Amino acid sequence: MEEIYAKFVSQKISKTRWQPLPPGSLQTAETFATGSWDNEENYVSLWSIGDFGNLDSDGGFEGDHQLLCDIRHHGDIMDLQFFDQERIVTASSTGCVTVFLHHPNNQTLSVNQQWTTAHYHTGPGSPSYSSAPCTGIVCNNPEIVTVGEDGRINLFRADHKEAVRTIDNADSSTLHAVTFLRTPEILTVNSIGQLKIWDFRQQGNEPSQILSLTGDRVPLHCVDRHPNQQHVVATGGQDGMLSIWDVRQGTMPVSLLKAHEAEMWEVHFHPSNPDHLFTCLKMDPFVSFHQVKLFNELLTFLSHSISNQAHVHQSVISSWLSTDPAKDRIEITSLLPSRTLSVNSLDVLGPCLVCGTDAEAIYVTRHLFS
Amino acid sequence: VETVLIPGVNSRKHQMCFDWGPGEMLVCETSFNKKEKSEMVPSCPFIYIIRKDVDVYSQVLRKLFNESHGIFVGLQRIEEELTGKSRKSQLVRVSKNYRSVIRACMEEMHQVAIAAKDPASGRQFSSQVSILSAMELIWNLCEILFIEVAPAGPLLLHLLDWVRLHVCEVDSLSADVLGSENPSKHESFWNLVTILVLQGRLDEARQMLSKEADTSPASVGMCRIMGELMRTMPILSPGNTQTLTELELKWQHWHEECERYLQDCTFASNPHLESLCKIMLGDEAALLEQKELLSNWYHFLVTRLLYSNPTVKPIDLQYYAQSSLDLFLGGESSPEPLDNILMAAFEFDIHQVIKECSIALSNWWFVAHLTDLLDHCKLLQSHNLYFGSNMREFLLLEYASGLFAHPSLWQLGVDYFDYCPELGRVSLELHIERIPLNTEQKALKVLRICEQRQMTEQVRSICKILAMKAVRNNRLGSALSWSIRAKDAAFATLVSDRFLRDYCERGCFSDLDLIDNLGPAMMLSDRLTFLGKYREFHRVYGEKRFADAASLLLSLMTSQIAPRSFWMTLLTDALPLLEQKQVIFSAEQTYELMQCLEDLTSGRPVHGGPDTQQCQDDDIETTKVEMLRLALARNLARAIIREGSLEGS
Repeated sequence: MEEIYAKFVSQKISKTRWQPLPPGSLQTAETFATGSWDNEENYVSLWSIGDFGNLDSDGGFEGDHQLLCDIRHHGDIMDLQFFDQERIVTASSTGCVTVFLHHPNNQTLSVNQQWTTAHYHTGPGSPSYSSAPCTGIVCNNPEIVTVGEDGRINLFRADHKEAVRTIDNADSSTLHAVTFLRTPEILTVNSIGQLKIWDFRQQGNEPSQILSLTGDRVPLHCVDRHPNQQHVVATGGQDGMLSIWDVRQGTMPVSLLKAHEAEMWEVHFHPSNPDHLFTCLKMDPFVSFHQVKLFNELLTFLSHSISNQAHVHQSVISSWLSTDPAKDRIEITSLLPSRTLSVNSLDVLGPCLVCGTDAEAIYVTRHLFS
Repeated sequence: VETVLIPGVNSRKHQMCFDWGPGEMLVCETSFNKKEKSEMVPSCPFIYIIRKDVDVYSQVLRKLFNESHGIFVGLQRIEEELTGKSRKSQLVRVSKNYRSVIRACMEEMHQVAIAAKDPASGRQFSSQVSILSAMELIWNLCEILFIEVAPAGPLLLHLLDWVRLHVCEVDSLSADVLGSENPSKHESFWNLVTILVLQGRLDEARQMLSKEADTSPASVGMCRIMGELMRTMPILSPGNTQTLTELELKWQHWHEECERYLQDCTFASNPHLESLCKIMLGDEAALLEQKELLSNWYHFLVTRLLYSNPTVKPIDLQYYAQSSLDLFLGGESSPEPLDNILMAAFEFDIHQVIKECSIALSNWWFVAHLTDLLDHCKLLQSHNLYFGSNMREFLLLEYASGLFAHPSLWQLGVDYFDYCPELGRVSLELHIERIPLNTEQKALKVLRICEQRQMTEQVRSICKILAMKAVRNNRLGSALSWSIRAKDAAFATLVSDRFLRDYCERGCFSDLDLIDNLGPAMMLSDRLTFLGKYREFHRVYGEKRFADAASLLLSLMTSQIAPRSFWMTLLTDALPLLEQKQVIFSAEQTYELMQCLEDLTSGRPVHGGPDTQQCQDDDIETTKVEMLRLALARNLARAIIREGSLEGS
């Protein structure tokens, strides 16, 4: 893998996210945000890989990422998402959810809104108040959904002081991650290996569907939804197993891939190229994270046949849902040199990839598919 | 000796107490008063933490720690592959890697020093830069002498490179002079030429001389001769195949030629050129005149060797070094710690080098990594220290312990402990249990580290702590998942008891999502299995599969996994099944139920006494038992009849 820029930044990075580009823009990604963890003072930082006037001999951009601005953050940054072009939402280990606003003209970050007691074990009213870390966030302008170690799900709306909806005790174990399926539906994964689907249109505090792996209750750490097909999700577990689920059918995963030897911290479908799936984990001797690519001749056939017919009753089958991964070619490539500590987070946008590690380094590449 | 003032404590009036920690010291004020009577309450209510190692908290140095960690781990890993001839070049490469990391750090610290807002911190950063520079200087010399093990001949070339790298005013001076309109008339022109000669950069010196020749016709002849001398000086070049003896002969010849020119007073009219000639002859007095340009004794040493004994052997270095130091200092000042370290290196006394560095530097980073590298070069004798491990291990342990005192860098420390064969594992076990765990994610990372090293005791203890926290926060699902991970049957029993107690109090199960989906984890403890099966009974009952529910209930009681306290509840659960229109329990099953009831009632002592509440409870109990007996009897009757008649058999 050529052209990976590494930079040591003196803080362990827990999350990295690309700033979303304006819709219809032809630029490539330029700015990303990072959150740190395990420091006495943690920071949310914005970095830029844009042109600083340095062009190398090929005329390409040269040099590694530069810090634009940062702001102090209370507690570890457990999750970080861009709410829109200018606002960043973070989940803290103190149970607080914060919205930061980026001011591009003077390159500063400021706190725009904060929900300090979003997650707690015993409530703010009682004398033995104890907060709980908020573990996951997902945004869909104007809504923000958060989950935490207290098993609680909150639905916030930007600029509303109180939570719009709270599901207390949604889960008896820790909720690790959350993603939107369709707009009123979310999907959470927890530490006893279950996926739960919640419908905000319904009044009760019960999930509308529960899916789980049989066998050992292996905690699931991360989840991501296919960008085009809203019923396909991928989850990563504590044992390094990558599972693909179809939430419309059955309660079992469609395919399982033993991708790593240890916890998978993040899984991402590539937003514009969903045949590619990215995962990252703690180091094992030979690979740090994978690019899993699935070719499926069946999909090609289907897409041809669909275009030739006027009416199609059969729904388009996602390439990921074919049941035999051994038959269809899956290519797994390691993208980082080994010997680093745990890769905690990664994000992809177009041909650009950024990831952050516990070795206090950030890696950026702009040529993912070359 | 450093004095640190504790703010808020009146040290003249009150006494302070302290206690040592792994990397820090706790200090607080006591109520003991030196002069007067002791007061009840100390006036300063704080406890202070004093940290000795401030380097660990430096932003820039953190990069050094992280990058060098990667190099260290890489070195340990390739150790097995290092064999034969390539071993030395690989080790040299590792050494150069370390050095480039130090230089990068130095560069960045320099930038920070320049950008510093207040002069005090600017000075602090600058002093850090000079410490880093000294470290790189020492490391470089160690690389030349111990790792590269340069023999006579190449040794001098390496030393020249070493000096050129560290006395870098030459480049800025050169830029100054060459950039001016008339270089040879520049005030520092001759300084520049001299220092080029001192550093053995004779080609560049020749170029400068040609500029002088162009502008000053009177000295053209002299410059030409000098230039020729410079050009013809024999020097060992890397690819050269001439032997050392040949080189010596040629050099001797050249030396005599220079001597002749000097004796003939060829350069008499130009004192600069004359002094250059003397320098090139290795004249000590002439060299000492250039003290300011040389700036330190090791530069003096190398220049002296270049022009008087270029084929010096490594073992002779120390004599030259000692005399150079003495001559350079000239009795005016005494050697500094850096000088002592370098001298020890020239004497090939590795242990002395490490010892002096440990004393002089505030952080174990340098000595730990250097010693480890030298150990890989098989240079350290393994004389054991009094507690059994060797020096390399001792230093690595100290360094790693320092890392563990930092809230974030502990992850680096783990790998260092891994490569300490004697005490590494034990140290890691002790340290890793004491890392504060405020989020589950951090706990998972720590647990993974323990599991990878088969530290089952630590895994258990950490999981127990987390499970206990979860129980206290009423997160029973989390508690169960932690006890499953630790395979801790006792804790699983505790959690199941909590569930059962909640059921008894509330009449329904909480956290059904967990109990319904236990899977194979149910087998971890009997109580947990009971919980899962009991819930299954409720579910089956809810689906109106009464026969299955009945046999399940019976098996729960007869298989002895139900806790005795729960038997009454189970029997009470059997009541609706007994009261059903159709006969669910067979005669055999009814007999077993009756047996259980008898076991239960016979085991209980008779409650006597005036307590009315007790009496009421007894009444309820007796009523329940009576109802059960009645229901069982009726069921038995119906079952016998059904089984006895033709359809039932």
